[in-house]
Amino acid sequence: MTRMLALLPLLVAVVFGGFFLWGLNPERDPNEVPSVLISQPAPEFALEPVAGLETPGLSRADLVGNETPVVVNVFASWCVPCRAEHAVLTSLVERDGIVLFGINYKDEPDDAARWLAELGNPYARIGSDLSGRAGIEWGLSGVPETFIVGTDGTVLYRYVGPVVGEVAVAKFREALTQAGALKQEGV
Amino acid sequence: MLRNFVLSLVLALALPLPALAVEPDEMLDDPVLEARAREISKGLRCVVCLNQDIDSSNAGVARDLRILLRERLVAGDSDKEAVDFIRARYGDYVLLKPPLNGKTYVLWLAPVALLLAALGIGGATVIGRRKKSEVTALSDTEEQEIKQFIKQQKSGDIS
Repeated sequence: MTRMLALLPLLVAVVFGGFFLWGLNPERDPNEVPSVLISQPAPEFALEPVAGLETPGLSRADLVGNETPVVVNVFASWCVPCRAEHAVLTSLVERDGIVLFGINYKDEPDDAARWLAELGNPYARIGSDLSGRAGIEWGLSGVPETFIVGTDGTVLYRYVGPVVGEVAVAKFREALTQAGALKQEGV
Repeated sequence: MLRNFVLSLVLALALPLPALAVEPDEMLDDPVLEARAREISKGLRCVVCLNQDIDSSNAGVARDLRILLRERLVAGDSDKEAVDFIRARYGDYVLLKPPLNGKTYVLWLAPVALLLAALGIGGATVIGRRKKSEVTALSDTEEQEIKQFIKQQKSGDIS
């Protein structure tokens, strides 16, 4: 019994060491807000198109029954990182044939239209969420946020923050491949 | 003179009161409902600023959630229903006090378990020590040995 007790400090050291290793893991983001939406059906919402744009609006029904999983990107003209992310999303649409939907979060329609006229409009549909209520349905914590929704309307993936930079883009492309929206992890 | 001093002192102490995040246009006319809303929002986490409740946060989402919460209360939701509505969208994480469920048993029970373990180990050690210090009479053979030893000592025969 007393012999066993002598092993106690070692055990304690191993437990604490394990915690420290876990805490030091650079992949772990302590600020990450876990999403309840993953593997859940996409929330119910119906948004009007952005006034002054040709692009049709977006509702829950548009997320179901597409040929491939779709990407839902929450953006706003007042969101500075969205500007950088816009190029990445455009390239995904133009080079990889991703279906991209947008939720224009708490944005003046005029500002949004001007922003898209300047940068180009890669979105197949854009819903205007003036009140931010659809954002709450999606469990939004900030802009931008990007979701991948399966063909049956299930939310498969959520990316918080701008998909900008090599690491983020690689991570997002991997999620797209896993979801089946990208044919193969290409060049 | 003294009056001015007291007045300025009162003003100086009164001014730095913390500004309230809840803006007048959000507040409900019904003071009972408003009080309930304030109480609930103190237990809800702001998802932008993380360790702040939505009652004291100036973030846009926190404001939206405050308004949403008040709408639910006006619609006749109980406190629990209103919280569950937000919880369904943001998960348990939105509660500043984590609920007791399968995922959080370790969190809630670990302090009690550690305390009990510490008391157990401490108690066992103390009891163990007390037993050792108890004095028991020597056995007959031991008495014999000592007598013999002392005899040898006295006779100067040390070997």
